Amino acid sequence: MSFAWAKHYEPKTPLTKWLDEKLPLPRLVYNAVGAGYPVPRNLNYMWNFGVLAGFFLVVQIVTGVVLAMHYAANSQVAFATVEHLMRDVNWGWALRYAHANGASFFFIVVYLHIFRGLFYSSYKAPREMIWLLGVVIFLLMMATAFMGYVLPWGQMSYWGAQVITGLFSAIPLVGEPIQHWILGGFAPDNAALNRFFSLHFLLPFVIAGVVILHIWALHIPGSSNPTGVEVKSESDTVPFHPYYTAKDGFGLGVALIFFATMVFFLPNYLGHPDNYIEANPLSTPAHIVPEWYFWPFYAILRAFTGDLTIPFTGITLIPAKLLGVIAMFGSILLWFFLPWLDKSPVRSGHYRPLFNKFFWFGLIPTMAVLFYCGGAPAEEPYVMISQVATAYYFLHFLVILPIVSQIEVPKPLPFSITEAVLGTDKPGSTSGAGGIAPETVVGDLPGSTPEGTPQPAE
Amino acid sequence: MASDTAAITATDTEDGVRRRDWIHIAALGTAGVGGAALLIPLVSQMSASADVLAASTTEVDVSGIAAGQAIKAVFRKQPLFVRRLTQTEIDEANAVDISSLRDPQTLAERTKEGHQDLLVTMGVCTHLGCVPLGAGEGENRGPFGGYFCPCHGSAYDTAARIRQGPAPKNLVVPDYEFKSESVIRVG
Amino acid sequence: MSIRLGGIIFGLAIAGILVLWSLVPGVKNYAFGPPAEVQPATVFYEHGEGPEGGYAFDGPLGRWDYAQLQRGYQVYKEVCSACHSLKFVSFRNLAQLGYTEAEVDAEAASWTVPGIDPQTGETTTRPGEPTDHFPSPYPNAIAAAAANNNAIPPDLSLITKARHGGARYVYSILTGYGEPDPALAKKVGFETPTGLYFNKHFPNVNIAMPPPLVLDGQVSYADGTKATIPQMATDVSAFLTWTAEPSLVARRQTGWFVIGFLLFATALAFLSYKQIWAGMKPKKK
Repeated sequence: MSFAWAKHYEPKTPLTKWLDEKLPLPRLVYNAVGAGYPVPRNLNYMWNFGVLAGFFLVVQIVTGVVLAMHYAANSQVAFATVEHLMRDVNWGWALRYAHANGASFFFIVVYLHIFRGLFYSSYKAPREMIWLLGVVIFLLMMATAFMGYVLPWGQMSYWGAQVITGLFSAIPLVGEPIQHWILGGFAPDNAALNRFFSLHFLLPFVIAGVVILHIWALHIPGSSNPTGVEVKSESDTVPFHPYYTAKDGFGLGVALIFFATMVFFLPNYLGHPDNYIEANPLSTPAHIVPEWYFWPFYAILRAFTGDLTIPFTGITLIPAKLLGVIAMFGSILLWFFLPWLDKSPVRSGHYRPLFNKFFWFGLIPTMAVLFYCGGAPAEEPYVMISQVATAYYFLHFLVILPIVSQIEVPKPLPFSITEAVLGTDKPGSTSGAGGIAPETVVGDLPGSTPEGTPQPAE
Repeated sequence: MASDTAAITATDTEDGVRRRDWIHIAALGTAGVGGAALLIPLVSQMSASADVLAASTTEVDVSGIAAGQAIKAVFRKQPLFVRRLTQTEIDEANAVDISSLRDPQTLAERTKEGHQDLLVTMGVCTHLGCVPLGAGEGENRGPFGGYFCPCHGSAYDTAARIRQGPAPKNLVVPDYEFKSESVIRVG
Repeated sequence: MSIRLGGIIFGLAIAGILVLWSLVPGVKNYAFGPPAEVQPATVFYEHGEGPEGGYAFDGPLGRWDYAQLQRGYQVYKEVCSACHSLKFVSFRNLAQLGYTEAEVDAEAASWTVPGIDPQTGETTTRPGEPTDHFPSPYPNAIAAAAANNNAIPPDLSLITKARHGGARYVYSILTGYGEPDPALAKKVGFETPTGLYFNKHFPNVNIAMPPPLVLDGQVSYADGTKATIPQMATDVSAFLTWTAEPSLVARRQTGWFVIGFLLFATALAFLSYKQIWAGMKPKKK
């Protein structure tokens, strides 16, 4: 893996030499996030969010382990232990607010990371595996976040558990037994609370494991970059350390300022007041919503209001509830197929005029609308709007993307990253005319020699 | 890039530290301070919480204890022994040569003035924290007639002073005061 | 190719099902269906703005007004506590309101809490101690429901965090009682159900709680403040903000310190980052 010009770790002291022989951990780190990892020199700030996601995973694990020292997963006392934590435990309020808002920030940075990947087509060969593992991480995050939200045992916790496990009851025939198996009873109670606590503690470490695979897979082809042109020579790259450690350090500082603002001044802004009411199995809150990071998917779930019937016969093929569940899971699972749905040879959205339009004027507004409707009450006109948006969501990924990638004429790509940054690249720097035909870029994977004349980036 | 590096190197000072390296040192140092500050909440959350600290006084009604009897109360989630000594036990305790003791203390030092017959001690063996026998009716009070710890055989005398066995110290006398003739307030 | 073909088929199918079986009937119903019934709540409900002048703890630099919190505690004790518990708050917490240790002890002792007779082991009552939590006025939820026409008075410890609007919501409810506009009520066909009370700031305008603050001077403030209804409502809603979030002010103070530090650290990180990348800048032509 990596490039021929990557720097090699050279232990200097006797101790590091000894360690390098017995357990080359410093070498591993050096090659992973140190000077031994050459990275394209043109990464923009959107490439900060991978490191930030890792940081917030650590925040969640550290604060979570500490909170677990004070929490009791028992429906009789869970709510009271959280209040004890908030009132009596030293710094308990800070730790809990950091954990609750840390979850939100984890999702914020992960969403930015995902949409970076969507715009720059980071899912394309040779990086399919990084993308697939990323989707797995996202699914694990959703499961973990859902179970974590149940733990304070407030009204939203309880009814969230009821509604989300109710999704499984949509499965034909075995649905209800599966729901009761997940809950360990007919409704959420001690059994459910305890298993959710256990899994909520376990899954973050599974996520950490998949993150290691994600990073491992990243280091095989190396990082992508905003031009989408692969690295050709040493001048295209800089060592990760100190160039990107410094940049990520700055990005981390900015993220922490936003994070601290939320934790210390608006700690409950992203939460819901109903979760400060203890769970009451006999009374559902007037307006139940999941946490904000689930809103787009919740909108997709609720968009399906009509059963799929055969007209004029009254025969129901698929009930609306099941359609909603299929669509909601389908909306994320389809990301697994993205590398093969989008066959455009050009990666970066900057060089794909049609794709660019559909991304900024189709997908992004659709996500915003779905987000808004998911948090709104299930009434008109929100339902109709979310139905239109949901239809577009599926059409975008499954229909528009494959067709666009087939018919689009991409803009000329720069000859290399160096040229994109500096305006010139020594090897073939002639004039500035002509461009690389997309067909030649198809073969522009590591090992192949590019042809054509260089063209400055726009 | 190579020429740029050369340019920076040219500004090296004599001791090899680059002129503007201080900015990196300052940034890393500040980050280190921030990281260290994070340890404050992470470490102090494990200390006793406010409710535990608040619950650290106990009131015990001692009026019902007859001479020769003892009761067990609870202080800070630990057993508290309150014993009304008989005159014989007091005499026995006072007869001991203080200098021969492992943890020299007189009975007077271990009780309140005017209440020399009321011995208030923690029911926690100073060896490894077991609860000694002797406070309950009919329990083994050991060779010195006070308390006897069954875990490792530490024997305490009638003033609850260590006399035999591995325990290093006398049974601890907690801070307490007489709220009235019949009620003591511990802690 | 087969993945793309399958994707196109699945995408068209799901979008088609959605449009034809959900969106079309929905639009038809929305456009031609019966109009939604007018709910009295949508006619009468008014969003409450809270007390004039706001609270001392408002804003990122807000502080507690301890005299106000003490007055609010008095209103809770003399009015609210007849029906509402405050179970997550202990008497010892009152020390944070500026009471001395002796005052806290006396205040705790003025409450009767459930206890156990040390001789017989039977349940009994005893004067409160600082470590006790505020007692509930009812032994259990059934008793609370039975005494209040089936509406259980909620615990007030977290009430300002458990309602949109927080302290302002509590203030509005306490001052929002009255009679609905008779002309409008007749037009909408609205009558307050028996056993409920009209309150324009309650989300469905019919609240089970009888007006708790009815008279100016209902509470005699020790500090001589005139106990008007808005004054009492302001004080008790401030007190309930403290019960819900005792760490509010300390949290913000910590926040200013943390953010100040982070701004400094980030500025250094930025300079360091720019310094490292100085040689990598694209050359301007």
